[in-house]
Amino acid sequence: MENNETRKELKVSAIENGTVIDHIPGKVVFQVVKILSLSEVTDQILFGTNLDSRKMGKKGIIKVSNKFFRPDEINKIALVAPNATLIIIKNFKVVEKKKVEVPDSIEKIVKCFNPNCITNHENITTRFTVIDKIELKLQCHYCEKITAMDTISFV
Amino acid sequence: MKNKSLVSINDFTREEHIKILDLAEEFEKQPTQKILQDYVVATLFFEPSTRTRLSFESAASRLGAKVIGFSEPGSTSVQKGESLRDTIRTVSNYSDIIVMRHPKEGSARFASEVADVPIINAGDGANQHPTQTLLDMYSIRKTQGTLDNLNIAFVGDLKYGRTVHSLVIALSNYNTTFHLVSPQLLKLPSATKMHIKEKNLAYYQYTEIIDVIPKVDILYMTRIQKERFSDPIEYERVKNSYILRNSMLETAKPNMRILHPLPRVNEITIDVDDNPQAYYFTQALNGVFVRQALLASILGVK
Repeated sequence: MENNETRKELKVSAIENGTVIDHIPGKVVFQVVKILSLSEVTDQILFGTNLDSRKMGKKGIIKVSNKFFRPDEINKIALVAPNATLIIIKNFKVVEKKKVEVPDSIEKIVKCFNPNCITNHENITTRFTVIDKIELKLQCHYCEKITAMDTISFV
Repeated sequence: MKNKSLVSINDFTREEHIKILDLAEEFEKQPTQKILQDYVVATLFFEPSTRTRLSFESAASRLGAKVIGFSEPGSTSVQKGESLRDTIRTVSNYSDIIVMRHPKEGSARFASEVADVPIINAGDGANQHPTQTLLDMYSIRKTQGTLDNLNIAFVGDLKYGRTVHSLVIALSNYNTTFHLVSPQLLKLPSATKMHIKEKNLAYYQYTEIIDVIPKVDILYMTRIQKERFSDPIEYERVKNSYILRNSMLETAKPNMRILHPLPRVNEITIDVDDNPQAYYFTQALNGVFVRQALLASILGVK
């Protein structure tokens, strides 16, 4: 895929060192930016969205210079981009490629779908246990109700 | 169990549940024991619940504890907009244990994280009411002599009734056979059924009470609330099917007992009250002994 891009013409320029997050569904690029708090990053960030992809139709890609995410940081994006690929770049070369993994627990980023949950009424950091990694079911640590993909929203 | 909060029934292990029930038995034999004279119990009722609050306050008084608190938030700083976090932090300075009832789900878990003292959840919205579950378990064990291998029927609103959910989960540890009687719209949620399935236990679903009466050791009745139905015609159609009358009890096994978390509205007719198989008023009394056992063991004096 990187090769294809290079051959045709790189829509999003290469970075020297850092992380490329590829295969993000086109619609969720801005959500990924938010989940990873990229607005607080001071290094160069390049991104593209609604790029043509043979695999996905429209995809997004984000390239963050000089940033190597910890697994617990980056895996949070699996909620919106379950098939995202992480590519670690050093000296313009791909040194590692891996898939994101759905984490065992989620903090902060998801809102509990239960309107009567205390987290929706007080200033409380939300916490969920992932009870089903395939269908993505999150059990609220507080109200114990299950937020699923059709009811999920982000803080 | 010392200093351990009780928010959900699963916060305590099976062994801890049994310890509480054994201790409750001890308090039933000798209810007045002044073992908490040096302790302050706070009862914070952010929504009114006379029965539960009085049961806790009676339990605390019989143990000699001082009780502070409020029975509805109207006259407190909560009314002024104080956060739950601040109320709990403040009250945990004044007391050794907090009993709380709150209309929002998850409030008790949150309180247990911000308080310096243990929390007993006396009901958090539609989520959990673990002391009700323990008193139900106590009542079942007392009337049947055991918790193991029983046939237990749950009747009425199995979808929204939190007492039912918690009790089903707790009983899944005791090889229970479940008989679930409810209108189609109010069936036990799959999240609760999951606990039954995890333990490979049998459950049967019915729409008529009469079908389960000869089969069961415990008939656990609940109220069907009109507001659960979006269609009032549907409510009118089902409401009379879930009323227990004395004439229906002829086929019951002699050891069968009828439980109900109370308050009752019309789902058990008054002529059942005089039947020796009706146990719901004694069940409520058992709540005091169970709450005594919880206060004493969480405060570490028993």
